Amino acid sequence: MPRKRRGGGPRVSAAGAIGSRGLRAHLFAHGADVGVRGIGPSREAAFEQAALALTSIVTEPAQVRPEKVVCVECEAPEDGLLLVDWLNALIYRMATKKMLFGRFAVTIDGHRLRGQAWGERVDRERHRPAVEPKGATYTALKVAPNKAGRWVAQCVVDV
Amino acid sequence: MDVAQLAKVSDHEWRLDPRGRMRVPAILFGDQVLLEDMDDKVLAQIENVACLPGIVEAAYAMPDAHWGYGFPIGGVAAFDAEAGGVVSAGGVGFDISCGVRTLLTGLKRADIEPVKAELADSLARNIPAGVGSTGKIMLDAREMDAMLAGGAVWALTQGYGRPEDLHRIEEAGRMAGAEPDAVSEQAKRRQRDETGTLGSGNHYLELQEVVEIRDPVAAVAFGLAKGEIVVSIHCGSRGLGHQIGTEFLREMAIAAMSLGIALPDRELACAPLASELGRRYLGAMRAAINCALANRQVLTHLTRRVFSHYFPAASLDLLFDVSHNTCKEEVHRVAGRRRNLFVHRKGATRAFGPVHPDLPPGLAATGQPVFIGGSMGTASAIMVGCANRPERAFASACHGAGRQMSRHQALKRWRGRKLVDDLAEAGILIRSPSMRGVAEEAPGAYKDVGAVVTAAEAAGLARTVAMLRPLVCIKG
Repeated sequence: MPRKRRGGGPRVSAAGAIGSRGLRAHLFAHGADVGVRGIGPSREAAFEQAALALTSIVTEPAQVRPEKVVCVECEAPEDGLLLVDWLNALIYRMATKKMLFGRFAVTIDGHRLRGQAWGERVDRERHRPAVEPKGATYTALKVAPNKAGRWVAQCVVDV
Repeated sequence: MDVAQLAKVSDHEWRLDPRGRMRVPAILFGDQVLLEDMDDKVLAQIENVACLPGIVEAAYAMPDAHWGYGFPIGGVAAFDAEAGGVVSAGGVGFDISCGVRTLLTGLKRADIEPVKAELADSLARNIPAGVGSTGKIMLDAREMDAMLAGGAVWALTQGYGRPEDLHRIEEAGRMAGAEPDAVSEQAKRRQRDETGTLGSGNHYLELQEVVEIRDPVAAVAFGLAKGEIVVSIHCGSRGLGHQIGTEFLREMAIAAMSLGIALPDRELACAPLASELGRRYLGAMRAAINCALANRQVLTHLTRRVFSHYFPAASLDLLFDVSHNTCKEEVHRVAGRRRNLFVHRKGATRAFGPVHPDLPPGLAATGQPVFIGGSMGTASAIMVGCANRPERAFASACHGAGRQMSRHQALKRWRGRKLVDDLAEAGILIRSPSMRGVAEEAPGAYKDVGAVVTAAEAAGLARTVAMLRPLVCIKG
């Protein structure tokens, strides 16, 4: 059964902030690159938060206006690959549409993901984009509940 | 990294003998301080590389090695197709053929200083850089394939550059064996408007002053003189390379099990060189190399155009263009026998010594220039491939200072605006659309390039020719 989205509004700063309702999107250190980690009460929420963390590599998600919605579908043999596919689908759309996204909604049925991303075209004056994500990697890849029962979705992104 | 687990071969070479599933030893170059400062994961990663099928001689880590994904950045490994060797998308990286080219201006610092700020502004306006930037070239499907097959040679046919440039580019500006048909439509779509863009992150265009000559003979051969200004451009294959890396990493990771390859780390995703997947990746990866060569060629043209406005007599001849994220088919002598190998260099550059047959005539007597990028506030180096140990690590050397601090840590420690102001006080002008991006690239986030260069020289990987100091840095 597809699950209802828990809401993926902008709740992250570049330095990583804890959001309300057990949601958290933050960055973690990785050598030359950067790790993204989303935490939430469900797999879907964790994927949404990981996407927010991805945006926070580039800019403050709260600065991104939800002017347009982009739809993404992907399918993978397991959760880890699905997370990487989801983030790479967003990176592809950021690159080709020259957009940034600040809000996300994800439903997952088995290993099939349907996602929506709200955002706007890059505004270099307002967004002051820091760096361009090249691709999500399998390094530090994890999709699983933590000890507190919250889902964690994370991987390193090459920038 | 705990060096106690390594055997010390010399002050600048350390060895991990095969253990577990390792097929060959791992060799790490650098002094004890550099190695101790390396993340433990560098050793874990180079050990994993040594486990891959068909690997030859050893898995190598350069003095600037740092934690990557799959391969460490600064990792070198060669594979023999006839011995079941593999090609690894993770062993090349996302930014395929990311590299550096250096142009000689023949100008002195005194020529630059009066117009430095204006020149910096003009370069920042005319060199598309940063997130969301696009180039002026919009490629349709036919032109895209021509670019992917032709590289810098294609760029030349479009009016970007001069014929003599090709003599100073690896592969004479065009990587053979590229297969545009092996590149997905998504990758091509990502590149459609990105040709002639610098990118972001650690990519840059710098004006640098030659502040020290350490090898006068090689410096003369390279056209370098103390006090003169060079322009260095560091960038790669832009969105096309990133997309190829993304797609093949996934395909290789999923296919590995069916191909009978047990991966010690999924990021080491690879395929046998003799397989359809392996051959297809090679074709796509070579097309991405051409994309990078075309990109740097177009950027060269844009740079020359800006300079011609201020210095009409400056020709900005190309010293050399070298890539540092590639897998190339090369002949190497291993244990006295010539073998055809596929050499992966991830965050490492080729460093051919003198008389290598692939060197252009003008460099044959001296050896290949090797560019070691530093940070925006410190130094960079120009080195040359060694004559006495031409096969050292399959004729490879390091590519940069290497990060010693994550972007996250750098962001906590520095503010971009203050860095820009401080560097301006020191005579280094930074132009970037993002102060956060500047903070992430703070000079202090990088290792001491001097230590890396010294270690590379002491290890016999390359010899130092000149040291450079930045004057202007255009960041994405």
